[in-house]
Amino acid sequence: MNAPVFKSRNFRLAFLLLPVWLVLYVNLQRVANFLVDTALGMQAGTHLTEAVRFFIFEFPKVLMLLVLIIFVVGIIRSYFSPEKTRKLLAGKSLFTGNIMAAMLGIVTPFCSCSAIPLFLGFVEAGVPLGVTFSFLIASPMINEVAVVLLFGMFGWQVAAIYIVSGLFIAILAGWVIGKLKLEKWLQDWVLKIHSEADSEAETCLSFSDRISLGFTAVKEIVGKVWIYVALGIAVGAGAHGYVPADFMASLMGKSAWYSVPLSVLIGIPMYSNAAGIVPIVAVLLEKGAALGTSLAFMMAVIALSLPEMIILKKVLKMPLLLTFVGVVGVGIMLVGYLFNWIF
Amino acid sequence: MEIKVLGTGCPKCKTLYQNTLNALAELDLAANIEKVEDIVEIMKYGIMTTPALVVDGKVVIKGAVPSVTELKSFFTLKK
Repeated sequence: MNAPVFKSRNFRLAFLLLPVWLVLYVNLQRVANFLVDTALGMQAGTHLTEAVRFFIFEFPKVLMLLVLIIFVVGIIRSYFSPEKTRKLLAGKSLFTGNIMAAMLGIVTPFCSCSAIPLFLGFVEAGVPLGVTFSFLIASPMINEVAVVLLFGMFGWQVAAIYIVSGLFIAILAGWVIGKLKLEKWLQDWVLKIHSEADSEAETCLSFSDRISLGFTAVKEIVGKVWIYVALGIAVGAGAHGYVPADFMASLMGKSAWYSVPLSVLIGIPMYSNAAGIVPIVAVLLEKGAALGTSLAFMMAVIALSLPEMIILKKVLKMPLLLTFVGVVGVGIMLVGYLFNWIF
Repeated sequence: MEIKVLGTGCPKCKTLYQNTLNALAELDLAANIEKVEDIVEIMKYGIMTTPALVVDGKVVIKGAVPSVTELKSFFTLKK
């Protein structure tokens, strides 16, 4: 019976925390400076001081951005259930369907452990194979944690580049797979699946329920990734000025033409969540690796991985699995070369 | 009560199974609880996100891991 009390508390909490967030965020540099210069009494200008200052400012900054964005995305996601997305995509034509699927991939909640049921659910409902793949590629790759980290550490341009090229790869790869007509390479049992009843009616959520879903998302995701963020920024702070800046340049710099395919090949079997890989990218960029090469490496790690392939093997026969990996890998390489060429 | 926990073996699915066991134990409720890991079986329930909880043949939770407290209040209603 205490539901209404709980609900108004949700609203109050959200509206109370927003201005607190804003004030804190705007004054973060000042707080960090105060802590370093006055509270800790460190001498300005030395390597150590600047490394500490970098960490004390960057870590809370990125963490605060994460909290806000994950909260907002958590609320938005509550409007897009996989069931609704499936309904939107069923029977869509190839090209339009691919674009829609890639976009919906951003806002539909996705967890890699649900990849198979999601895949089967889509195929069963008559979503074309290529369209399903666009969704499966975009969903893990363009994720809010990756975008926030890129924004927080490298600025909005890099974040925007990442989103746009992620969408491009998802649309293109899905479209190619659709054109190749590979339905025969699904495992035989896949097309035989028929679930009883088109699942029950959508649950109706109040806006306050959605706010509490936003809070849950923050608790769950930030609780999991904060340690990677701390590690990454600590590495970044430590590398600041210690490792020679052109250390990576000969290996992953622009002049090395083989750097893009090599990074992608190394990145494909590796598995990491977005939070774990961004710090590594930060170090690579800092040390002279080219932007396109670094982004290609990051995308290959997030979008494709050995564990994921083993899971997908349950529903895809080898030729289709290899086509999937090949098409996405080539797409990522194209993006890598493109950005190395532009910047 | 017939209870089934659907999930292909991801960490979240194990948590849901454990939470369900705990909730039932704390309420001292007798129920047949079964873990379903076969994907073909799981798909029969028409869900697209795991883990899911099925009570007496009906999907009641999907794609979420409720806490022991939440599960307890749910099972109390069911009683």
